[in-house]
Amino acid sequence: MKRLSTDRLWSMLVLAPSVLLLAVFVYGFIFRTGYTSLTDWGNDPAQAFSLKPIIRYIGLQNYTDLFTSSLNVRFRQDLVSTLFFTVFFIAGCLGLGLSMALLLDRNPKAEGLWRTIFLFPMSLSFIVTGTIWRWMLQPQGGLNQLFHLDPAKNEWLTSRASIWGFDWNKIPLLTAVVVALALLVVAYRAFQSAQRTRMLVALGCAALLLIWALAVGPNVKMLPAPEMHGFNIAFIGIIIAAVWQMSGYTMALYLAGLRGIPEEIREAARVDGANEWSTYRLVIFPLLAPITLSAMIILGHISLKIFDLVFAMTGPDNGATDVPALLMYITSFRQNALAVGAAIGTVLLLLVAIIIIPYLFSQFRSQEGHS
Amino acid sequence: MKNRTKTALVAVTAAALLASAAQAAGKLEIFSWWAGDEGPALAALIKQYEAQYPGVKVDNATVTGGAGTNAKAVLKTRMLGGDPPDSFQAHAGQELTGTWVVADRMDDLTSLYKSEGWMSKFPKAVIDLVSYKGGIYSVPVDVHRSNVMWYQPATLKKYGVTAPTSWASFLTTCATLKAKGMATPLVMGENWTQQMIWESVAVGVLGPKGWNDLWSGKLKFTDPRVVGTFTTYGKVLDCANKDASGLSWQQATDRLLAGQAAFNIMGDWAAGYLTTTKKLKPGTDFAWSASPNTNGTFIMLADSFGLPKGVKDKAEVMNWLKLLGSKSGQDTFNPLKGSIAARTDSDLSKYSVYSQSAAKDWKSKVIVGSMVHGAAANEAFTSGFGSINDAFVSNRDAKAAAQAAQDLATKSRIGM
Repeated sequence: MKRLSTDRLWSMLVLAPSVLLLAVFVYGFIFRTGYTSLTDWGNDPAQAFSLKPIIRYIGLQNYTDLFTSSLNVRFRQDLVSTLFFTVFFIAGCLGLGLSMALLLDRNPKAEGLWRTIFLFPMSLSFIVTGTIWRWMLQPQGGLNQLFHLDPAKNEWLTSRASIWGFDWNKIPLLTAVVVALALLVVAYRAFQSAQRTRMLVALGCAALLLIWALAVGPNVKMLPAPEMHGFNIAFIGIIIAAVWQMSGYTMALYLAGLRGIPEEIREAARVDGANEWSTYRLVIFPLLAPITLSAMIILGHISLKIFDLVFAMTGPDNGATDVPALLMYITSFRQNALAVGAAIGTVLLLLVAIIIIPYLFSQFRSQEGHS
Repeated sequence: MKNRTKTALVAVTAAALLASAAQAAGKLEIFSWWAGDEGPALAALIKQYEAQYPGVKVDNATVTGGAGTNAKAVLKTRMLGGDPPDSFQAHAGQELTGTWVVADRMDDLTSLYKSEGWMSKFPKAVIDLVSYKGGIYSVPVDVHRSNVMWYQPATLKKYGVTAPTSWASFLTTCATLKAKGMATPLVMGENWTQQMIWESVAVGVLGPKGWNDLWSGKLKFTDPRVVGTFTTYGKVLDCANKDASGLSWQQATDRLLAGQAAFNIMGDWAAGYLTTTKKLKPGTDFAWSASPNTNGTFIMLADSFGLPKGVKDKAEVMNWLKLLGSKSGQDTFNPLKGSIAARTDSDLSKYSVYSQSAAKDWKSKVIVGSMVHGAAANEAFTSGFGSINDAFVSNRDAKAAAQAAQDLATKSRIGM
């Protein structure tokens, strides 16, 4: 008993410095940023860098402005862009990574060499990747020269076109419909597993949301005029570079997963009469699901806070290829609107939290299950 | 052996003591973004300073990044952290006054101007630009002109056109060139170079007085005349290349040289690029005129240095500022940087053919400040206008752009 407590004491002592540093430099600063975002620091240029600035608490005004003021169109486009970027980036990395892993899993010649080649881009920083791909995708250079493409038509990074546009005013409506549909799915599942109360509650909420969406939703106006946002074509160039950089990493993850599947399981599947494709579909892919989840979490948070790649490829001044992290930098350090910058940072943190926190919960739960 | 070590130790200690004694004689940290092409000009100035004030250790704290993109962020964190550099570079005008002077971070230099006799040596427009509520806050060391239109005489001759002097004739010339098969008569680069075109259009359409009224709040952006600047700018954009956002200003200039475009509007640092890097002959291989409608106006931008409050080496900084404002200091620096002296009495024989013509204009034309380069508007506005420009290039909605600019001006307290 006594030995245990000295052990505990030691472990606490050893952990204390890092806990303290984390408390100050991570959580303390998160709190500080969160508080700054509720003030008007920098909204008056004269107060931004004053020796004794007058900083007032203004509540959620900065957030309201970001989502509804006519001057913050760029922020809203950035949110939409980030969403599209994340989806394509994750899909691209998972698809390409899995295909490469499947190819390598068939034991080709010089497998080690291929592995190194595929994994190599990950050893570069995003700044280097960005610079290389900027050269390659430039209107007058790289790919366009190589394939004799017309630079005026193949605007990898400079296009101003946008597809899948929607009106920002419809966001409350769309959110309500999506949540209602999700609730309907929950209700259906509850119905299948015969959980009566659960089904009824879900159905009730879904009905309320749908009624709201039909009756009130169309009249809600966040902005005086319609404002269109969509997927900017110029992002394709950046997605290519990002996928190039990170798909080697997903390949490595998948390859480890594939190698971890015992040969007996495959043999058993074959004995049961499964052909190659159904072995993959019914046996191997389900076993890879946890890896897919981890990869999605890691890629997801990389893509939400991406900054350096975009900065290197198209610079800080291109609305068509802007992301929230870049806007936060410009707002804080160029526009001197420190509180608004902090608000953008907080929104980014919340976005990342939406991805990470459920994952952490599931991790904790499974760990508790083991111990 | 042991003795030797001892002597060596003593010698090293003595040397270290001497060195620190020399340091105690003074040091000066100069914070700027002059790396690369502009490095030699700064180095020449520092050399001159060290020759005049031996014993002062100069620390050249350069943060690379064009137009100070990175340096300004570093400077802001240092100022907020209570560690100001002894003297830092800032564009003369609102970029300095609107950020640092209004925040009460700079010392008044009026007495320096009076004792050095600079009140009559710098143009009044420039002194007004670096003044705020009766105080003078920085010493401009160089001047650039932003409203210059560059072209190749050979290209114009080939297509049978002349350099237009008004925006109306520019658009006609553009139509002629397009009809003769030149797809993009005007070549432009990334965002800030596009804003320079708007600036040239606005000064051309509004005139110097209207332009200044815009920044003093007397003229609203929603005024039909200002909306008109966006309409004209939109028509000018129709003459330009679509892939502009992917081009640096040098790449844009290269297209002009390749004959793919007839005109390029760029500040006069382009002259340095054309003569030094491209080895072209001014006047024959390339030529220039004021951007349309602005022949009588000189849209200026200038780099300047000031004295932050609370620095330790104040005497050394004052000597540095004296050197910057002196005739010999400006004539050392500017020929190397490719700019002209802010003083009107510089020795023109040291300058290039282009700079001589610019210096002549500097003395004779009406001087107004550039918005893009931090002279006319504060950073909050300048930075936000980049986004407005970007939106306008996409949607070409002049009314919306003017309204957004007015909202931005109100929010950034322009003219208050």
